[in-house]
Amino acid sequence: MSYSVELHQVGMTFGATRAVDDVTFIVEGGEFFSILGPSGCGKTTILRMIAGFLQPTEGRILIGGRDMAGLGPNQRPTAMIFQSLALFPLMPVWENIAFGLEARGASKAERRRKADELLKLIALEGFGDRMPGELSGGQRQRVAIARALAVEPQVLLLDEPLSALDLKLRQHMRAELRALQKRTGVTFIYITHDQSEALAMSDRIAVMSAGVLQQVGAPRDLYDNPATPFVATFVGETNAISGKVMAVENGIASVETGLGVLRGRAGPGVSAGQGAKLYVRPEALVPGAGGDNTLSASIERIDFEGAFALAHGRFDDGAALIASIPSTDLSSAPEIGSRASFGFASSHAVVLPDG
Amino acid sequence: MAELYRRFGGGLATVFVGLVFLWLAGMVLAPNVMMIDYALRPNLPPAQVGGPDDVYSLDNILYLAKEGVHRAIFFKTVWASAFVAFATFVVCYPLAYWLAQHATPGQLGIALLALTIPFWINEVLRTLAWYILLAFRGPLNAALLGIGIIDQPVRWYGNAGVLAGMVYAYILFMLFPIYNSIESLEKAQIEAARDLGASTWRIHWRVVMPHAKAGIATGCVFTFMLAAGSYVAPALLGAPGSRWFTEIIYNWFFEGGDWNRGAAYALVLLVLCLVVVLATLKLARVNLTDVAK
Amino acid sequence: MIRADRISRFLFGLYLAAFFVYLFAPLTIMAAATFNTSRFPTVTPWQGTTLQWFAELARDRAMWQSVWTSLVVAFFVVLISLPIGTAAALILTSLHARARGFLYALMVSPLLTPGVVIGIATLVLWRQLGVGGGVFLIVVAQTSFIICYVMLMVAARLQRFDRTQEEAALSLGASKLMVFRRILLPFLRPALIAAAFLAVLQSIENYNTTLFVRGFETPLTVFIATKVRTGLTPAVNALALIMIAMTVLGAVAYEFVRRRQAAAGARTG
Repeated sequence: MSYSVELHQVGMTFGATRAVDDVTFIVEGGEFFSILGPSGCGKTTILRMIAGFLQPTEGRILIGGRDMAGLGPNQRPTAMIFQSLALFPLMPVWENIAFGLEARGASKAERRRKADELLKLIALEGFGDRMPGELSGGQRQRVAIARALAVEPQVLLLDEPLSALDLKLRQHMRAELRALQKRTGVTFIYITHDQSEALAMSDRIAVMSAGVLQQVGAPRDLYDNPATPFVATFVGETNAISGKVMAVENGIASVETGLGVLRGRAGPGVSAGQGAKLYVRPEALVPGAGGDNTLSASIERIDFEGAFALAHGRFDDGAALIASIPSTDLSSAPEIGSRASFGFASSHAVVLPDG
Repeated sequence: MAELYRRFGGGLATVFVGLVFLWLAGMVLAPNVMMIDYALRPNLPPAQVGGPDDVYSLDNILYLAKEGVHRAIFFKTVWASAFVAFATFVVCYPLAYWLAQHATPGQLGIALLALTIPFWINEVLRTLAWYILLAFRGPLNAALLGIGIIDQPVRWYGNAGVLAGMVYAYILFMLFPIYNSIESLEKAQIEAARDLGASTWRIHWRVVMPHAKAGIATGCVFTFMLAAGSYVAPALLGAPGSRWFTEIIYNWFFEGGDWNRGAAYALVLLVLCLVVVLATLKLARVNLTDVAK
Repeated sequence: MIRADRISRFLFGLYLAAFFVYLFAPLTIMAAATFNTSRFPTVTPWQGTTLQWFAELARDRAMWQSVWTSLVVAFFVVLISLPIGTAAALILTSLHARARGFLYALMVSPLLTPGVVIGIATLVLWRQLGVGGGVFLIVVAQTSFIICYVMLMVAARLQRFDRTQEEAALSLGASKLMVFRRILLPFLRPALIAAAFLAVLQSIENYNTTLFVRGFETPLTVFIATKVRTGLTPAVNALALIMIAMTVLGAVAYEFVRRRQAAAGARTG
């Protein structure tokens, strides 16, 4: 089993900027763990602290149970894949891959053998003597991965490595990375601002905003049970309807909104009398009245996306509506410019306090 | 400094700091400090060094002010160097402007190559070439006599020779800074000025030159400094009547045997150059960082 | 209007022609004079075509001695100025803006100091330490300002260095020494080669500084300048011609390497 990574009350201050504030989470050994958030949320700072490029101003970082304080990046059982890949442009591919072994004093024959082995793993046999500049984007990507894996790290740190690729290649590389992680059993910590990437690949995800950890959970868990308004709106599309909590009963909160009283599952910290928002996913909205709650809105446009269509509209209080309709049910879709009703089950909505 | 140690580790960083310290302290600062020390002390026989007469004074520098011939040569060197800078500017500006604004890429490539080749060649050799060209029975006089412009050979060695040789030697130091600064001027600005009816002179005076101010200042400053500190051109192309300040300094060291006065004169030359360089750059608002390019 | 345009075009053409004649005529005449039998180097009158001056040059022991002196000096200048110039550039790029300004001014100050002053300052300092002019002092004096050129060339290349390469190497377990040796130095190599080339050229061509610290040595430039006083023959032109040919060849090779590097850089960058 690969090493776990623990962060305990980690904080980082650059001059007057508080980049990371009191972050605690534990990444299990062998887990594919993502840190998700918009740019500037502190996720890259966390990764660089784990890698050893930065020393946290507060808190402790443990890898495999060992405190990493004072250890440089070259003394940690981690390897990192950079956003720019940072292949060494003046070395042939095989020397790039075997660089970490060279640092460990392996003989040239040993290095060459190991490089060839890894080239086979990433399906680039025979490319060892090319220069990085002669490879395509996807090939360079794979070389960067092989170079990091060559040192047999306990923990692999990935800093948005797919962001430079086009969509098709990115989707392909997602699957490849995921498979590689399963096969090697190495702990992956993956940084991204792309929520669909994080949802598709990860065992668990930590969501960050403005230096603060918002929630840690499995993708499904984050999607269904967001703990904060930020998570509810950042992970996946959602409709947010403002109101005031009237009552909480059996875990269901009733919210007085400009569109009438709506009910949804009470999130953490919800109590009667609070200002709150009710969040309901586009796919939970079913055209026509039905379910426990009914909403109506004027439909402004319908975007056909293939497997489903997205209806965009506006509620009476001016807030935006977005509803997704499976392509198989397009006959039930409302007309553009008409008023339409949507129903949803209370169990498909979440109520979270403002702030 | 902390960043240096973090980046390279204690061993390498210490080596770097040590090497640079050796250079700046041992090869730049210490020699200049010692030169100032020399300049301020009297020239004494070895027995009296450190004795009661070995005191700091400005006598060596004041000597330059009192000695009429040396003072005249000093001022001549100053204004002649300024004139060299001006002449070099006049020679280079049209070409720099043309290269930066009008030349096709092909013309530009050839011209830059043609310009650089002579300047890869040793300054002494370039001056020697002028020495041969300007000889009394040399090719220039022969050509001019042949065309009939003159009917007596001209003695070119002297002020004319020194000027021609110096302008020649420093063309590139003037041309490239001006070229670089004119290159960043948008063609549209010149065309706009022309549309408004500005004459060619006015366009250059009011649009191009102000834009190229930094480059012109850099070129002039370098040319002035190189000219004032030059020894080859006056030594080879000069005449007894056209002595240069550097020749006086040389004589104090290797003929007059008074190193203290020589050091004092060298100090005056250094201060002159630094003042002119820094004042001009300040006036033209040029940063030292840009000069070095 | 069109007439005026034509006239100004004609005048500019005349200026261009004059400029390039000014640029090349002296060098051409100096080169041509090598092949004239006249004892004083000139092309007027042409007394007969000969190669005798090359033979005479080859027999000149003093000349060979001065070539040797210049080469020895240039070798040590490169040996010292390359590491120091590189270290200076690395320190400069690792400093914060405020400290950098002052250090930078100090580092480029030798370029703003007249060459004769550098020679004199070096001479008086070392006399105090009991060392007189000679090869050692020539090397010291030349190095003190040639380092500036090396520093500027290395610093220019460093600006294009992607620091994440250093981080990548560290994260793969490399020591800081290995990062320097395997990542940074190979990246700087083209700049170092160019700087070495420039340093050799600067060292061999230097006259103003060398003149004051040469002691009893006669490097090439001093040899040539002295010949002008003591009896110039076309043998010196032959020497000049050979030096020019070598310099131009070197310059072309330098330019060729630089362009190839630039092309390679564009491909991988």
